[in-house]
Amino acid sequence: MLRFILTRVSLIIPTFIGITLLAFFLIRLVPGDPIETMAGERGIDAARHEQLRKEFGFDKPIFVQYGVYISRVLQGDLGKSLVTQAPVWSEFKALFPATMELAICAILFALVLGLPAGMIAAIRRNSIFDHGVMGISLAGYSMPIFWWGLILILVFSVQLDLTPVSGRIDVLYYIEPVTGFLLIDSLLSGEEGAFASAVEHLILPTIVLGTVPLAVIARMTRSAMLEVLGEDYIRTAKAKGLSRYRIIVLHALRNALIPVVTVIGLQVGVLFTGAILTETIFSWPGVGKWLIDAIFRRDYPVLQGGALLLGIVVMSVNLLVDLAYGLINPRIRHNR
Amino acid sequence: MTAETMEAPAVAVATATPPHPLREFWGYFSANKGAVAGLIVIILVVTVALLADVLAPHSPYVTDTSIALKPPFWQEGGSLAFPLGTDPIGRDILSRLIYGSRLSLLIGVVIVSISIVLGTVLGLVAGFTRGMTEIFIMRLMDIVLTLPSLLLAIVIVAVLGPGLVNSMLAVALVILPHYVRLARAAVITETSKDYVTAARVSGAGTLRLMFKEVLPNCTAPLIVQASLGISTAILDAAALGFLGLGAQPPAPEWGTMLADAREFVLRAWWVVTFPGLAILITVLAFNLLGDGLRDALDPKLKR
Amino acid sequence: MALLEIENLSVEFPTQGGIMRAVDGVSLKLEEGEVLGVVGESGSGKSVTMLALMGLVPFPGRVRADKLSFNGRDLLTISDRERRKLTGKDVAMIFQEPTTSLNPCFTIGFQLTETLRLHEGMDRRAARRRAIELLDQVGIPSAESRLSAFPHQLSGGMNQRVMIAMAIACNPKLLIADEPTTALDVTIQAQILDLLINLQKERNMALVMITHDMGVIAETAKRIMVMYAGQIMEERAAEDLFASPQHPYTSALLAALPENSKGSRLSTIPGVVPGLYDRPKGCLFSPRCAYATEHSRSVRPELRPWAGGQIRCHYPLGDSSRTARINADHPLDAEAAS
Repeated sequence: MLRFILTRVSLIIPTFIGITLLAFFLIRLVPGDPIETMAGERGIDAARHEQLRKEFGFDKPIFVQYGVYISRVLQGDLGKSLVTQAPVWSEFKALFPATMELAICAILFALVLGLPAGMIAAIRRNSIFDHGVMGISLAGYSMPIFWWGLILILVFSVQLDLTPVSGRIDVLYYIEPVTGFLLIDSLLSGEEGAFASAVEHLILPTIVLGTVPLAVIARMTRSAMLEVLGEDYIRTAKAKGLSRYRIIVLHALRNALIPVVTVIGLQVGVLFTGAILTETIFSWPGVGKWLIDAIFRRDYPVLQGGALLLGIVVMSVNLLVDLAYGLINPRIRHNR
Repeated sequence: MTAETMEAPAVAVATATPPHPLREFWGYFSANKGAVAGLIVIILVVTVALLADVLAPHSPYVTDTSIALKPPFWQEGGSLAFPLGTDPIGRDILSRLIYGSRLSLLIGVVIVSISIVLGTVLGLVAGFTRGMTEIFIMRLMDIVLTLPSLLLAIVIVAVLGPGLVNSMLAVALVILPHYVRLARAAVITETSKDYVTAARVSGAGTLRLMFKEVLPNCTAPLIVQASLGISTAILDAAALGFLGLGAQPPAPEWGTMLADAREFVLRAWWVVTFPGLAILITVLAFNLLGDGLRDALDPKLKR
Repeated sequence: MALLEIENLSVEFPTQGGIMRAVDGVSLKLEEGEVLGVVGESGSGKSVTMLALMGLVPFPGRVRADKLSFNGRDLLTISDRERRKLTGKDVAMIFQEPTTSLNPCFTIGFQLTETLRLHEGMDRRAARRRAIELLDQVGIPSAESRLSAFPHQLSGGMNQRVMIAMAIACNPKLLIADEPTTALDVTIQAQILDLLINLQKERNMALVMITHDMGVIAETAKRIMVMYAGQIMEERAAEDLFASPQHPYTSALLAALPENSKGSRLSTIPGVVPGLYDRPKGCLFSPRCAYATEHSRSVRPELRPWAGGQIRCHYPLGDSSRTARINADHPLDAEAAS
């Protein structure tokens, strides 16, 4: 088991180097003089120009620059925002919990609906329910979520006046960040109504962000379940006289989950992509919106650092999924 | 010679003539109602795009603030002159959608063409050369796949500068790995087969092998991936447009239209509803088509 | 009262080309402690017959019978819940592919104790003790350490022993073994067969052994049922059947055994089992039968009592008047009639 973990962890090193290379070259691929471009319309005087050139190390050979960059990254120094002058890392740290909270809620939403829907569709193959689930999930899979968010706002916020349009919590509340997760912090604060407000604000973004993963999980669960239900060991389980419920929930689901977990892992990338759009629509103060704002402010250090950090987050989640895969699939664990 | 020709009909009678491959393919494909529906929608969208000049009642660009934010014809205040209403600066939404179909199809086809050409070449090179070149190409593709696709596209556009062409390049790069992997896998399975060995023995060069022998044999999965790829491309390009990084106003690109309309969501539902619906329907059609093609071409499902 | 009574059982599968009858008019009685061999080519319906008995016919198959009773219980009207109490306890089954028949995600111990806890209501510790005993009995060395093994860590032969242990865990009255040795190495086959026979003798349970190999069945079964295209062709005591086969099909099967070959060539049965589209109107075996007549081509023989068993043939080989009757019915092969 330890060997399995170690091999998996060592496999991500090339990916890590690749991501740092991408982030490193990113800022150097900007057409024209990078510092001039960064400065944009703000303009820049010669002294500051020279200072920035030194700061970014543009005066040294490219591989030395990369070496310096890597060692800085490993020390947690990702540079400073050109706009706020705050370290990129501390900005990311402050905003990431908001994105994380949204992403976790979205994936839970997708799992809670997608797994049972896919299972029931598989068990009732070719029923109306099955066709319905498959049709809806294909539509969900094709959904432009930035539009979906606007439509949900239109229906639930404008027409029905049920949910707030933007933000994480009502402006009436000031919540001291403890964990960064507002659902938890609002409970800890003890302020009346704060938790409810946080939940209210989360509903629409969660649905929007969870839609594509929901569709993918439902489709995948169904096809995995169909395959497993035809396996010999399911016949054995029936021959043992086990109840239908136990066969489906224990014997079949456990096996069907193996490909589903892989898919969930792949959805993490989709989730962060979607978070950028979702956060933009709902003015959700997370890293996605932060990155988009950085683009329009030409805040390249933020873009570079943020992209690198998000890449690392996705990479780490993929690693965790890989390890979880080993846990639920004994064949993988023993063979490698 | 004579013996063979004499026996052939007898065999044919005994086993009943197998249908022509294309006919067989159509048989499988047309049995899938969703795929046929997708195909019909795509044909419709293509027709609309081609006939945009004839079909569109108004220019997609001419603004007239005196008729701004007119609702669709069935709502009070709407008129048949602007069937789907007008946008905040008085342009006819229907006309913009019609011209937008041109842009969206163009975007989808161009992006996928770039990816297929580049991806197939890289994949063929990786599959044929092996060794360091292969490792380098495939590792790079793995890294691109690890990163969230839209994030990468956003970063690329941020570097190159916002715009339609740059956003298309960015999305093409992001979906590239799928084609590289496909082509390489096809090369590796195909090169182990006898006919390639036979061609090699008879003195065919590597380049000739690549394009004459192997490529025609991996077209089926490439076609499927292309159909699914167009839907991803349209969706991602629209997302970039929505973020203000893709096609720039006043281009009638559906994603860009949504971005323009965003702030009016509270006042005029139609300015946000129709462009998104157009994206959804087109993307859904390509996904249905792709699924149908895959099922019809997948030998595993054929009995 | 017989342990198992089947009367006129049929199993049908609707397909795109029409209804496929996988089992057709099978009647059978089995006493307690009896060993029955079921022989037939692939697709002869021997497995499906037993799956029908277990209630395991895969969707969309339909099971029909005049009577289907086990141990005095009517399996046709029994509720699902009651049926589950029987299956795995009083009647158990092992399958052809031991490795895929075990769930890859659970340990041997879990899968074995699951049955014990369900049917015998044992607690964890008692079930574990019993599981070790059972693995011992089926000849698995260092049984205790194997409990935590996964199926993919064991060989096919070991997995089949586990399957057997699971099947006999609740002392079933009837064990159905569906080609239990087909997927195994030749050297292991004999061991598994010996194990099954020993267990049968020790516990005096009824055993149904399904196989396509006459040789496997010769040493084990007291009675043999020969199936072809979903129908019983002949069903008699093993000794009698081997000494004087009554059905031309049985006789052809026996002639195809290597030890019965005359000269250097193995004898074979020409043709193939009829499929969905080429099912003959008369006797199902008639297209391949050396003694087929116009009568047997057009009229399907009934399953009838014969020579201490049952037979489905117009002209049983032991029938003294058969030559005359074949000649009267316009033989299709002149040589065979003479």
